[in-house]
Amino acid sequence: MSFLEVKNLHVEVEDKKILNGLTLSAEKGQVAAIMGPNGSGKSTLAYVLAGKDNYKVTEGEVLLNGENILEMSPDERAAKGVFLAFQYPVEVPGVATMTFLRTALNAQRKTRGEAEVSTPEFMKLVRDTANHLGISQEMLRRAVNVGFSGGEKKRNEILQMAVLQPNLAVLDETDSGLDIDALKIVADGVNRLRSPERSMVVITHYQRLLNYIVPDVVHVLANGRVVKSGGKELALELEAKGYAQFQGEAA
Amino acid sequence: MSADVRAMKTPAEQALSSAFAATRCKLPGKGAIVALRDDAFRRFDASGLPHRRIEEWKYTDLRALMREAKPLAEPVGSKGVVPALSGVEANRIAIVNGRYEPGWSNIDATDPGIVLSELFAFAGEETDYRLGNAPGKDDIAVSLNTAFMTGGVALRIKKGARISKPIQLAHIFSGAAAATYPRCVVVVEKGAQLTLIESFDGPSGAGYQVNSVLELVIGEGAQVDHVKVGSDGDAALRISTLGVTVDAKANYRDFAFTTGGAVVRNQTFVRFVREGTEASISGATLIKGRQHVDNTLVIEHAAGGCTSRERFRSVLDGESHSIFQGKIVVEPHAQKTDAKMASHALLLSDEAEADNKPELEIFADDVQCGHGATAGALDSSLKFYLMSRGIPEKQAEGLLIQAFVGEAIEEVANEGIRESLMQAAINWLNTRG
Repeated sequence: MSFLEVKNLHVEVEDKKILNGLTLSAEKGQVAAIMGPNGSGKSTLAYVLAGKDNYKVTEGEVLLNGENILEMSPDERAAKGVFLAFQYPVEVPGVATMTFLRTALNAQRKTRGEAEVSTPEFMKLVRDTANHLGISQEMLRRAVNVGFSGGEKKRNEILQMAVLQPNLAVLDETDSGLDIDALKIVADGVNRLRSPERSMVVITHYQRLLNYIVPDVVHVLANGRVVKSGGKELALELEAKGYAQFQGEAA
Repeated sequence: MSADVRAMKTPAEQALSSAFAATRCKLPGKGAIVALRDDAFRRFDASGLPHRRIEEWKYTDLRALMREAKPLAEPVGSKGVVPALSGVEANRIAIVNGRYEPGWSNIDATDPGIVLSELFAFAGEETDYRLGNAPGKDDIAVSLNTAFMTGGVALRIKKGARISKPIQLAHIFSGAAAATYPRCVVVVEKGAQLTLIESFDGPSGAGYQVNSVLELVIGEGAQVDHVKVGSDGDAALRISTLGVTVDAKANYRDFAFTTGGAVVRNQTFVRFVREGTEASISGATLIKGRQHVDNTLVIEHAAGGCTSRERFRSVLDGESHSIFQGKIVVEPHAQKTDAKMASHALLLSDEAEADNKPELEIFADDVQCGHGATAGALDSSLKFYLMSRGIPEKQAEGLLIQAFVGEAIEEVANEGIRESLMQAAINWLNTRG
């Protein structure tokens, strides 16, 4: 059994069917890339895994470590190790980044029955990671994402991932809106978090990100299902030929 | 207005008339004060309690909300009631049941910058400021206070004096349900500095009534921070009027924090009479159940080159009702006025109601004025973001509500007061369950 198993998943959003029997698995220690054209259901998959409401699962199941997570609230999933790096991270006025990180980490630990993290331990963890990601102390004191540039918001997502240490990290179009320098910093942050204990699902529209975060497997999504899977060379093939072939196939 | 065109007097209005007739001679103050009282009561009697057809009182219909007029409160001890912000180091002036209680106060009388007098002692002196001349003096609630005023203090901060510790006017109600009419005057002279707390406390379950007036005079170049904290008992009806006159190049900050009371109206009248003043007038209201809290402002820019910011936030749960009415008047010669007003309400339940009424009356042509108002529920995308990081729903809501109110409380300059108010907001949140 795989660490993550998505079986025959059907999902509707506002009565519109987005996922049509999506089946997918991901292993610990591996990076799976999910590629596909606009509207193929990539972001829907990310949101359904994280537990956003308004996404109605009509059929299928999602097993994490053998446990169905679809009945769990987003915070319960997070405590089980699910993390979503948002495509569009929201601004949270009035909540300082440090407070937010600490509240989240301790809430997860509490749910898991673990003790709260000590202040020095927490400060060290955040400071070290922030340094690697080029996030200043001043940014950490500011409200979450408020006044951050697009690149800063994406780096902040990776910082949260590093602090929360998830088992399953889903990165939704983490490359969108990033210039090449920012992309390198973010990819470097992600690569640093690759671990035998962690499964990563990297959702992207373009092959470019996969030059920096090299996947173990690539899945192609079209019309709400996986239409082709392969190794990292599949990404290059898509870059050369485009998605049209798959869209035709599925229709 | 002749008597026959007025609606029949309500029981409360009748009770106020008989109370005035019976106590007029016994109330403190002589000569000019008696004339002031008579004149004020005539004005009240001509109009009666304000009601919904009077635009300024549209949302706080006192004729309906004030079913009876309680008898005047007797002097009592304040045992058992701890004033708000008791954790903040301050000079406290206790005003218990509408009367100054020196025995309960701890003001440092040796500070040469502070002159403290009992209200009627002050009113009998020859001073630069005459009682009853603050903006808002024609308001009906103010007239009622003037007619019945039972006591209070006058505080003068001498020219150039910098008062390091905040001074707190601690209004405390104690005993059986009754009415109090405290009146205070605070004059902060040229170049002086003062942090002034005004607090209102009383026991829950007692339907007491407070009609308070504070006349605040801010001199040229003075720096005044006024923080009003309303944590009245759950059955209290309180109307608090603040009338402020601000001279040139002053720095005036005002913050009204309300969590208590059944029916509360904070009305603030500010008049900038000379140029170059900067003012921030803001507030936060957190209410639930069937609480009704009205923050009404009238800001008159009567001189040019003044900057004013009005920022109010309210959080409403249950069937509570908050009102924000803010009127900015820019007089014809008040050029280069810069005034911006914003009011935001966060509704935590479907039954809560928030009314926002911003008004701009601009008679000058070279000004920058604006206003914005919103009312809405917690942002679900923010809540999901927090929950996706492992924060349980109630905690995520708490964090977002705290952040919402926190942005208002940030306006309070004094760190100790700011932290106490933030803690009071957190305590309020914790009672939500």
